[in-house]
Order: sequence, then structure tokens, then C-alpha cells
Amino acid sequence: MTASALQFSAEQLAEVRRLQERYPDRRGALLPVLHMAQETFGHVSLEVEAYVAGLFGLSPAHVHEVVTFYTLFFQQPRGRHVVAVCHNLSCHLAGAPDILAHVKARLGIEPGDTTEDGRITFQAVECLCACEAAPMAQVDDRYELNLTPEKVDRILEGLR
Amino acid sequence: MAERVLMRNFDRADSHTLAVYRQHGGYAAWEKARTLEPAALVEEVKQSNLRGLGGAGFPTGAKWSFIPKNHTGPVYLVVNADEGEPGTFKDRYLLEKDPHALIEGMLIAARAIRSALGFVYIRGEYVQPWRRFSGAVTEAYDAGLLGQGFDVVVHRGAGAYICGEETGLISSLEGKKGWPKVKPPFPAIKGAFGQPTIVNNVETLACVPPIIGRGAAWFAGLGTKTQGGTRMYSVSGRVRKPGVYEAPVSVTLRQLIELAGGVSHTGRLKAVVPGGGSAAILTADEIDVVMDVDGLRNAGSMIGSAGVVVLDESASIPEALMVLARFYAHESCGQCTPCRESTGWIYKMVHRIVDGHGRKDDLDTILDLARRGAGTTICAFYDGAVGPYISYIQKFRSEFEALCRA
Repeated sequence: MTASALQFSAEQLAEVRRLQERYPDRRGALLPVLHMAQETFGHVSLEVEAYVAGLFGLSPAHVHEVVTFYTLFFQQPRGRHVVAVCHNLSCHLAGAPDILAHVKARLGIEPGDTTEDGRITFQAVECLCACEAAPMAQVDDRYELNLTPEKVDRILEGLR
Repeated sequence: MAERVLMRNFDRADSHTLAVYRQHGGYAAWEKARTLEPAALVEEVKQSNLRGLGGAGFPTGAKWSFIPKNHTGPVYLVVNADEGEPGTFKDRYLLEKDPHALIEGMLIAARAIRSALGFVYIRGEYVQPWRRFSGAVTEAYDAGLLGQGFDVVVHRGAGAYICGEETGLISSLEGKKGWPKVKPPFPAIKGAFGQPTIVNNVETLACVPPIIGRGAAWFAGLGTKTQGGTRMYSVSGRVRKPGVYEAPVSVTLRQLIELAGGVSHTGRLKAVVPGGGSAAILTADEIDVVMDVDGLRNAGSMIGSAGVVVLDESASIPEALMVLARFYAHESCGQCTPCRESTGWIYKMVHRIVDGHGRKDDLDTILDLARRGAGTTICAFYDGAVGPYISYIQKFRSEFEALCRA
């Protein structure tokens, strides 16, 4: 990515300032701005970390420490869609291992990997707190509940 | 079924809107609270016997009273909506179905602790609840409920269970990795951004409007001697009707399982996790326990976040422990050595046992590691892991041993 591509728009920069002003210390806006950065640039690369650090007057090392602590920030390019299957207790009891095996077989990749065509990143994740509808997964922004292999097929087919 | 207090609006169409909330008495408690002195509000909540519903069960009124009286700077109210305890999903329902109940609870709490700024920390994965709640905040601003001496910032987390721990949450809110802080000082003295801060759970604050509206005595009378009110029990696992069930805190575990349709699969109960993943497991013989803070504590477990996970005869206890041990290994923040190291090694050992390559003395090694680390770390995360490590092995040792080689 070139340096010039790594810029928020003027509107986004105004939003960054607005967010920073909402916190007693502007650093409080770091997670919201990192969410914005990931939406804009696709993932949070070292270059993005350095750019965001500059917006806060923080060291890139601090931002790196934060980015690497949280699971929702991607340091590498991710697929156009993220399929995150819960494998915690209630989902496990409801058949999450079968769901994970099914997704693995359908996509031909392991949890943590992205399909070669860049379509889907597949993850096994901890409790998403929708245990009443186990087994479940998060597909991008949506919770997909009461999964069966057939339902998984329909969901995967719908992801372009 | 007993009266619904927290879920009173859940079945109404558009229950999340200000109009529907108001139609059914919403914000009347806030109107009443505005005429009362902060100290009177704190006293009312004390008298109600409301205890924190996020996990620790600390008396809410007492917590509020810890804000230093002579403090002249800002005081912050922080809502812990970082729901993440395995087996818990109640706060998601409140955020989506009755967000104004939380906003009204925040307004009252803010008056009680003299706060002009509140933060709502919502776990990053909760995208829909975050949108729903943010919409309600906008409505409340437009209606002049917010922005008249009290402002609310909705803050999204980014995926880390430890941020549900109140000082980890504060670190995260400050733009850092979510490392818990050494206490004391407690947040009420020195919390977010170095100022006195009260951190309350979503459901806890949703209890506040009914308490102020209908009185502390009424709320206290719903519960047991040491805990007032009803609460929302998340029931999942091997039951016929998993879901969130509101009941007085005097309900027993047996009654809750019946409310959720009884045991599914084999229909025979083996064990129950009574209060979220970090609670010690109970056997089928131990389910006549009262589901309040003290009832579970006396039974050697904890009510925690009231996430009830039911295991029937066909469920494997070693597998259940492996799943939870994997969770603790993944979510340990890495700050304290006993937690960082033990959670990783214990997961490997339980995994090895489940794979059929374990040794019986692995079980004693796990118990030894668990006991040595308990109470030695900055926050309660590792103690929460120790509950399952010890109880699953002690109560179901023969099931683990049957999988071991020697």
C-alpha cells in the first residue's frame, strides 16, 4: 500500500477529532479509531498502526501492543467475509465440533486461515453469548443461530 | 410464573423504542429520582439489597457509597456490557429489547454518584446490540433526557474476555490493552482516566428504575434475606427450551431446569454449571440450591453471571473441562505468571487426557497447579479458572481416570 492510500478522508479526520474530544483523555478513542481504520483499510497493518499512532501522538509500539491484544483486529488481510464458529461449552454440547468439521471440509482450510480466492476467513472462537441458540457462529456482523450442516451450506453459498 | 421485572417489556412490539418504553411507564422513575437527593438514592438502592449481577455479586448501593464525598473533580459511570462469560446471554437481550431501561438506570445512578459522563463498554462482537443501543441513546438525546447534565459515550470493545473484569475494562477504555490493575486503589477511588469511577453491569443498572419507582422494600421482598429482586438466568446446554428466564433470586436450580423444559438428550441429569463457565460444577444431587449469591457460595460454587449450562448423562465432563481450559488458556491476558503459564499447561494436559494419552498423575498435577496459583494474581480471572479445574476433577475423577493410560 502506498503512503498516499493510507489516509483517512477529511470527513473521517473530523470524526477522529470528534471521537477524541468525547473522552477525558483523547487516547480513549483509540479502539473506536482502530475500528474505523480497519473498516477503511481492510486490516491493521504496521503502516496503519503507525498512521493511527500519529493521529494520537502515541508511539507505533503502543498501538501495536493494543492491536495485537484484541481478537477483532486483523494484522493480515482477511477474507471478504469472516465466519467465526463458536466452540465454547454450550455450542460444544450442541454439536460445534461437527459444525467446525463441516466448515473445514467445505472450505478446505483450517480455522485461522483464509480461502485462496480471498472469499472467507474461517475462525473458531470463544463464547459469543448466544448459547440459547447453539451451535452458532458470527458471520461478518450477523449472528447465525441454531446451525445445522445444511444451514451452514446455505450461509456459505450466500457469501460472495 | 412470577412477575417479570427486568423482562417486563420484552414481548411488546418495538420494545426498544422510546415511545413504547414511555407508554408503559418508562422514565417515570427518573422523574421521581430527579426530586430526590443523591444520598437518598444511594440509601434506597442499599435498602433494596440489589447485588451486582455481572459476576461478583457486590452490593450495589455500598459500591456507590464509596465515591469520596470530598471529591470535586469528575466522577464517571461505566457500564460493563462486555458480556462474555461462557453460558451467559442476558445482557444481549436487555441491550436489544429494552435499551431505555439501561439508559434510565444510568441517569438515576449518575445522579446518585454525581456523575456527568457515562461510558457504555459493549463487547466488539455485539454489533447488533451496539447499533440498537446507540439508536436508543440518540433517541434519548433528541428527547432531552441525555445531554442535560449527563452525557453517554457508547464504546465498542475489540474482542477480549478480560475486559469484562472491571479494571481490565477501564484499561481498555483508556485506549490500552485490557490489563487489569492492582487494587487498591479501587475504581471508586481512582478509576477511569484516574478519576473516581463506578462500574456496573447492564442488568444491575436495569434493576434501578424499578427500585426507585416501586420502592426498595418491594424489590428486597422479591428475593432472599441477603439479595433482593429477580434476575435473568441464561439457561443453555442440554435442556429442551434453552433461553433467558427471569425468576426471583430465591428460585432453585431444579426449578430453573424445569422452567427450561427439563433435561434433553438422555433426559437424565449429570451435572450443571450454575453461574457461567467460571463457576464450580454441581452434580445432579446438588440442584436444590437457591440461586442467589449466598446460596451458591454456601454450595461451594458461585452464581456469577447466572449462566446455567446443563449437562445430561451422555455429556463428557473431561471434554467440557477441555473446552473451558482452552477458553482460559486463550483469554488469559498474560500479565501474571501463574495464570499465563498454568492456563496453557492445564489445557495441554486436559487435552492429552481427552485424547487418551494422559496419565492418572496428570490429574494431581492439575489440582496442584490450580491450588498453588489461586489467589496469587492481580485479578479474579485465574480464580475463575480454578473453580472448574478443581471441581470437575474432584467430582468426576473416575470419568477422567477412565480415559487415562496409566
